[in-house]
Amino acid sequence: MRNKHNVHLLLWLAPLAFLAVFYFYPLGSILSLSLSRSEAGILAPFVEAVASDSVRRVIDFTIWQALLSTLLTLLLGLPGAYLLARYDFRGKGLLRALTGVPFVMPTLVVAAGFSALLGSHGWINVALMRLFDLPNPPIQFLNTLAAILVAHVFYNTTIVLRMVGDFWSHLDPRLGKAAQTLGANRWQVLHKVTLPLLSPAIYAAALLVFIFDFTSFGVILVLGGPHFATLEVEIYYQTISLFDLPLAAALSALQLSCTLGMTILYARLSGKISLPLKLQSRKHTQGRLITWRQRLFALGMVALLLIILTTPLLALAGRSLTTLGGIDSPEGSIAPGLTLAFYRELGINRQESLFYVTPLSAIGVSLTYASATVILALILGLPAAWALSTDRKSPLNRILDPLLMLPLGTSAVTLGLGFIIALAHPPLDLRASPLLVPIAHTLVAFPFVVRSLTPAMQSIQPRLRHAATVLGASPRQVIRHVDLPIVGRALLVAATFAFTISIGEFGATSLLSRPEFPTAPVAIYRLLSRPGAMNYGQALALSTILMAFAAVGMLAIERFRIAEVGEF
Amino acid sequence: MYPKIIFHITFYALLFTALAACTPPTTPEPVEVAPAAPQKLTVMTHDSFAISEDVLASFQQEYNIEVQFLEAGDTGSAVNKAALAKGKPLADVFYGVDNTFLSRALDEGIFEAYQSPLLAEIPDDFELDPQHRALPVDYGDVCLNYEVAYFQERNLAPPENLEDLLKPEYAGLLVVENPATSSPGLAFLFATIGYFGEAGYLDFWQGLVENDVEVVNDWETAYYTEFSQWGGARPIVVSYGSSPPFEMIFAEQPLDEPPTAAVTGAGSCFRQIEFVGILAGAPNRALAEKWVDYMLSPTFQEDIPLQMYVFPVNPNAELDETFEKYLAIPEKPAFLTPADIAARREQWIKDWTETVLR
Repeated sequence: MRNKHNVHLLLWLAPLAFLAVFYFYPLGSILSLSLSRSEAGILAPFVEAVASDSVRRVIDFTIWQALLSTLLTLLLGLPGAYLLARYDFRGKGLLRALTGVPFVMPTLVVAAGFSALLGSHGWINVALMRLFDLPNPPIQFLNTLAAILVAHVFYNTTIVLRMVGDFWSHLDPRLGKAAQTLGANRWQVLHKVTLPLLSPAIYAAALLVFIFDFTSFGVILVLGGPHFATLEVEIYYQTISLFDLPLAAALSALQLSCTLGMTILYARLSGKISLPLKLQSRKHTQGRLITWRQRLFALGMVALLLIILTTPLLALAGRSLTTLGGIDSPEGSIAPGLTLAFYRELGINRQESLFYVTPLSAIGVSLTYASATVILALILGLPAAWALSTDRKSPLNRILDPLLMLPLGTSAVTLGLGFIIALAHPPLDLRASPLLVPIAHTLVAFPFVVRSLTPAMQSIQPRLRHAATVLGASPRQVIRHVDLPIVGRALLVAATFAFTISIGEFGATSLLSRPEFPTAPVAIYRLLSRPGAMNYGQALALSTILMAFAAVGMLAIERFRIAEVGEF
Repeated sequence: MYPKIIFHITFYALLFTALAACTPPTTPEPVEVAPAAPQKLTVMTHDSFAISEDVLASFQQEYNIEVQFLEAGDTGSAVNKAALAKGKPLADVFYGVDNTFLSRALDEGIFEAYQSPLLAEIPDDFELDPQHRALPVDYGDVCLNYEVAYFQERNLAPPENLEDLLKPEYAGLLVVENPATSSPGLAFLFATIGYFGEAGYLDFWQGLVENDVEVVNDWETAYYTEFSQWGGARPIVVSYGSSPPFEMIFAEQPLDEPPTAAVTGAGSCFRQIEFVGILAGAPNRALAEKWVDYMLSPTFQEDIPLQMYVFPVNPNAELDETFEKYLAIPEKPAFLTPADIAARREQWIKDWTETVLR
């Protein structure tokens, strides 16, 4: 037993050291500094937060919209995951890649896409007005709760598709068939066999989606409008606008404890159900679409996914290729012409600005940071997932497991300020260091990596390892021939998440990046914050280029099937 | 053959890095290797800061100084960072605090005084800190903008001042930004307080609500989503006095006239002034003084409009002719002292929220 603890401790060493230096230390510094500014004592801001009606309203709304968003995301994601897990069809790789693109898009750009589609003069409203001869746009979408929910589904469905879909694709369908033979109907199989087996992956995905929605900032601000505020928005307002740091710190702590509560709940739920499974190669689990029922389901599901996840992006790409002047007329009667002017302009440093970057170098900066994030997140995530999967019940794991999720639930404003006071002076002077950005991205990506890997690693039956060892395999061979084939796919999912999280991250990046090396989202934001058709058009064009790179990148990852389970 | 996957991931990561390296970001060419190694000056700025390559190069060359810029987020974030790092400054100079945040910066004591000789050239109205801890660099006016064609097509006169917005013919035409989340939104709230006074501004806003004003959280949404010029349904928007000339400069095709115009009637705009200061305890005080002087000199000041979309405070700086022609400078922008702003900001935003959003 003692030996096992030592192994765990060893595995935890690097991830814990990283979190201690780059998460707990800055967070602790900013929280204690903020609270020490409170004139009425450290507890006063907490009392103020808890007693305030408006804060309570904010908390209620934050939880309510997060629950609703998570449910809707599962509602779309689970059938989608089933389709991707059980059937093989043409264009599946492309579909998977496309559904991942939303994850990398900055909120401001996504909002532009939604407004091109559903705004008062967006394509759909204009079409409906012309079709039915209406005086006013019939659909009011922006600045509603619906916009928040749709945007959350848009962003997070890929989490369910990937995490649940990949796990599902390795589940042995014969288990369900056996149940059917024994007289269970379809729903009973789903309810009694499939869902219980899938639950580790479902819980993990739902937890991540929930925390993302719970700490939502850009979507609430830009698409939800001024009538909605989450805790994260309130923390931003208290910090930046009012400089009420003690109250902001109390709210941050509140948000953190909610995250911690959710994670502990998750750990308890998933601790009960995780059991080693015999995972199958996808060769044995996937079939073709044969019956008309299957085809109809596939067709409907693909259409639904494409409509919800890609039309806003297509609308955006469409706008980047048309002259914007055409939008001038309220009736939309002037057909906008096609143009590449915005793309051409991106390559010109017209104002000879020092901080100008070509679109390719902005994408290059993004890719460099993303690669560093993938490496860092995997190096830290692998041992942590390993430790977690070998023995969930060990006291060390039980304490550390919930802590891993905390960075995701931490307010970006708070942590950003924490970086400044904690990491700006010797011995750790990272003020102008290009490492800050991938470090911040890794904090967000790390929980994803761990959560993607753990269900797969847990499913490795110890017997397999023992058998291999008994048959004379060295530990290295066990990893190579047993562990890796089984977790290979999950590793790929983890890497994809780290990659896309890094490419799309804007909040922390804008606080930490060097002005000479803006990432693509930062460069897009710079263009978007200036008046003039050329600036707006260029922002749309650069977003479209980013989108294309993300799609191609994800297609490449799809093709790049390492250590497929089929090897054994 | 140890974990093939690690190899693959590393390989692809390196490939990406190599690809990225093939298109190096355009950093300025280091100008001539000077005999002595250049001294290093660190300048912290907000995220709207920009400068021409040659304007920076001429400074670096003249004084043999290498300037490193630290970007610190939007104005509010940057001020907070500077305030939290007080005593152990992150940089030598901080540029970007504006009059809506000035009191916070001064009260927190982040700056040390420096009476630049160039202050003599700058009109006194811009100098809000008599102790010269914060020195004015540029200004921009937050004003109502309207789409010219919309009003022409309907033979409707555009609004000329704030009161006009309450008239029935402008019902449902205005979009503004939320002062709690947007800097121009806050400036416009200040304009209404400056113009109608603390006793009257909420009545005015109540009137706007009855006239169907729309509120969004940020300038980007107001301007590029809701404003009729760019695909929205509302022809009047809170933006900057400088937006119309920029619409000309950054038009898709050359235009004869700006497609939008600013409302500059008495008291309808609020002037945002941005300041630079030497951070208290700056390690390189002497270099910092040179940089501050440079920012106030005509060379830098003339570079400001096309880089940062705001305007020089030094009247000796010459403006591009588009600005000479189309930039509407409000005669009497509304004014509030930074001290009043600091003391009342929270209450004003709260009262505004109660009136407009509830």
